[in-house]
Amino acid sequence: MTPPTDTVEIAASTPDQPQPYAELGLKDDEYAKVREILGRRPTDSELAMYSVMWSEHCSYKSSKVHLRQFGENPPRSDAMLVGMGENAGVVDVGDGLAVTFKVESHNHPSYVEPYQGAATGVGGIVRDILTMGARPVAVMDSLRFGEADAADTKRLVSGVVAGVGGYGNCLGLPNIGGEVGFDPTYAGNPLVNALCVGVLPHSRLQLARAEGAGNLVVLIGALTGRDGIGGASVLASATFDEEGVTKRPSVQVGDPFAEKILIECCLELFDRGLVTGIQDLGAAGLSCAFAETAAHGDGGMTVDLDKVPLREASMVPVEILMSESQERMLAIVAPEHVDEALALCQKWGALATVVGEVTDGDRLVISWHGETIVDVDPGSLADDGPVYHRPFARPDTEQDALAADSSAKLPRPSTGDELRATLLQLVASPELCSRRWVTEQYDRYVIGGTVLAMPHDGGMIRLGDETTRGVALSLDGNSRFARLDPHAGAQLNLAEAFRNVACTGARPLAVSDCLNFGSPEDPAVMWQFAEATRGLAEACRELGTPVTGGNVSFYNQTGSTAINPTPVIGVLGVIDDVAKRVPSGFTAPGRQIVLLGETADELDGSAWAWVVHRHLGGTPPAVRLDAERALAGLLAEAADRRLLSSAHDLSEGGLAQALVEACLIGGVGARVELDGDAFVGLFSESAARAVVSTADAEAVLALATRHGVPARAVGETGGDALAVDGQFAIDLAQLREVFEATLPALFG
Amino acid sequence: MPTTTRVGVVTFPGSLDDRDAARAVKAAGAEAVSLWHGEATLQGVDAVVLPGGFSYGDYLRAGAIARFSPVVSEIIAAAGKGLPVLGICNGFQVLCEAGLLPGALIRNAGLHFVCRDQRLRVESTSSRWTSTYAEGAEITIPVKHGEGRYVADAATIDDLERDGLVTFRYLGGNPNGALNDIAGIRNADGNVVGLMPHPEHAIDDLTGPSSDGLAMFAAVLEGLVAA
Repeated sequence: MTPPTDTVEIAASTPDQPQPYAELGLKDDEYAKVREILGRRPTDSELAMYSVMWSEHCSYKSSKVHLRQFGENPPRSDAMLVGMGENAGVVDVGDGLAVTFKVESHNHPSYVEPYQGAATGVGGIVRDILTMGARPVAVMDSLRFGEADAADTKRLVSGVVAGVGGYGNCLGLPNIGGEVGFDPTYAGNPLVNALCVGVLPHSRLQLARAEGAGNLVVLIGALTGRDGIGGASVLASATFDEEGVTKRPSVQVGDPFAEKILIECCLELFDRGLVTGIQDLGAAGLSCAFAETAAHGDGGMTVDLDKVPLREASMVPVEILMSESQERMLAIVAPEHVDEALALCQKWGALATVVGEVTDGDRLVISWHGETIVDVDPGSLADDGPVYHRPFARPDTEQDALAADSSAKLPRPSTGDELRATLLQLVASPELCSRRWVTEQYDRYVIGGTVLAMPHDGGMIRLGDETTRGVALSLDGNSRFARLDPHAGAQLNLAEAFRNVACTGARPLAVSDCLNFGSPEDPAVMWQFAEATRGLAEACRELGTPVTGGNVSFYNQTGSTAINPTPVIGVLGVIDDVAKRVPSGFTAPGRQIVLLGETADELDGSAWAWVVHRHLGGTPPAVRLDAERALAGLLAEAADRRLLSSAHDLSEGGLAQALVEACLIGGVGARVELDGDAFVGLFSESAARAVVSTADAEAVLALATRHGVPARAVGETGGDALAVDGQFAIDLAQLREVFEATLPALFG
Repeated sequence: MPTTTRVGVVTFPGSLDDRDAARAVKAAGAEAVSLWHGEATLQGVDAVVLPGGFSYGDYLRAGAIARFSPVVSEIIAAAGKGLPVLGICNGFQVLCEAGLLPGALIRNAGLHFVCRDQRLRVESTSSRWTSTYAEGAEITIPVKHGEGRYVADAATIDDLERDGLVTFRYLGGNPNGALNDIAGIRNADGNVVGLMPHPEHAIDDLTGPSSDGLAMFAAVLEGLVAA
């Protein structure tokens, strides 16, 4: 016998009834505040809604005060059409076209159930992009796992990669790049960050608002089931304990075929002007969609919850409100359009049901078989959640010890043979080896607009058949630098993504970030977060690239061990003519190789220190944003003048890794000459550098001078080996074998 | 002056490469005509492409549901009368399910989805879709599939090989464990061809690894104009 449904009437008459708010993740004072707002105890349904909407995942209660920096005093940019706060930022790219992009995490579900966690991570970010009125056109992913050879890593890598691929491939979205990293701190806390980019004509821009009294609230897409109940509050907003794996029922299950239909259906609804507002259903499901659209509209909303089509008839209101079933959208439709909208949904085979109405009041009122079970101010759910000024403090002892522990004391290779062996060790390491095992599981061709994809530095897509215009994207998140210095680390990640986009020939325009950290309740973690956001906001101003949106993922820790702080930064750039794109690999023999930027002895936090010595300490490379901007300006102009045959950024693994990749991508060897210390020249990770090949070195050097970028011709492409004069030569065949063998050997 | 050749491209729910196939048809100089899975008409087209994707979500089995759609019934009938039909990837799976081509496509031997630039040898130019290639030509075209391992009973494989019906063969590594490295086959009349690789993703050097795929769309046009 199920207990009777808790109504507003019952709640008003039973003020002292104990409620399970703590189990739902609400703190004592938060529960007290809910009672204060309502002037009574919440009903079961209201309690559930407040608990998810005020969860860390939905309310950003710990991060809000820091994220404000991105919105206040943003860099000057004429390109922003929609800034932070909507489902995704929208950037003008010219010709009446706009682009929207965002990166989001699905970390906790992916640990519990790797395939579905990763798959629905892709599905969720794709719906965010669709919600803006855009056609999703590409995805990328940034993944982190524990040590590559650790016990649980194979299960997670295999499941996550298959999930990202399974969903994106079936949805018909090319995966054009991303990154994979391994570090012991991610054992038990893998990171799955997915980015989606979409394209829209300015006129199709949609906003998540319920406006116009009398307009109808239409739920489109999949049936609502018991999957994912409480995902946001249970999984994403608390630290894993040993029972982590028992939370499996909280993970959503994805159906990419249903999402593909939903995309086509919604785009046609937009094009025919049949909706006045649209919101995707993601974290917190209907609770969030009702609350946010009502809060941001011009009135209130009434909902008949019993009209929601269910997968299981026995579901109770709390479950329906909390369900995170995938592939659903909430549309606001004027009454005169509703028949046409419903018929269109039927044509696509998408279920569509009128479940409510926009009112001229200011309350969100939800009924269940005629009885009122929710009666709240929607703003109190969506916007007036708690805001925490969490204490943060630099853990001086630990951080000082880390900074003092420089890599300078580590033994360095010096002879040609030693340098050769070091290079081969690095190239074969899980940190730097070929990602082909991963990226071959992703369709990079579908839609037919992919101009560059992995293994190139950045992905690039043409925006349509009728235009030469394209966008380039890169996603980067070096967590070792961020561990040593979160402020500099976040800036270096931004700089790397910015540089990667510049290397493709595009002009970097905007940023989306996914900030992955440990528990915000730990002042040391909160210090990392505060430092990283401060650093990022400053660097965005310097580089003129505003943050358009993103996501924060806290509680990435098991017990007291937090992950390395991992601010993953996505940069989007624009190129007027994709035919002028610059690949990362050498394309032909006989080209001059030019090294751009300055190399210093900067090996703290480097791939070399970690791979060869398992050492992490010291100070990350100097952040040189002026130099990054100059380098990007040079690369853009050189690409536009078609001076570059290839361009590869220098980052993890330094010049050595860049040369190896450039040789192997194009199947063209190279001979280079290094001045100064060969070890530093090959393996230092100084920022603001790139290596290019050109048929006109003179012009590139002259252009570099004009842009104030230090440049030096260092060698020539050709042959079937990578040769460093006076040091060593390695056959490309051997290099390729070593580079390609690692991940297949580990993961099958 | 002949009227423009019209090539139909079928869209099932879950088709993904339909727009790409239409783009390739146009690049080859024909008009692309969109054919909807639920309508039992071919709109008088001169040839049909069944594109890649996950028709009906690949539920039950890849191509198994699409095979019963109204448009495919029309295609089966027309193919019997000589209509040129090209099945790419999921389209190849549909052709096998529909009995227009023998054999079946099962889960890749490596169990992973595989997307790579694949070298192929054109084994037969005696088809409406391969006549513009040189016999034995080596081409590079992307593969991208999770269920592309071509299998058939030994007698069928013997027949295919003996009669020269194997149209494309994988070179430089078999991506899925297909028997005899078979990437694509044709029917005896040469009007129906199915292959796992995606020629529509190899029509220019900007968005594909090569432009080697364009010749397939050009071939059917040439045949039609000549006829």
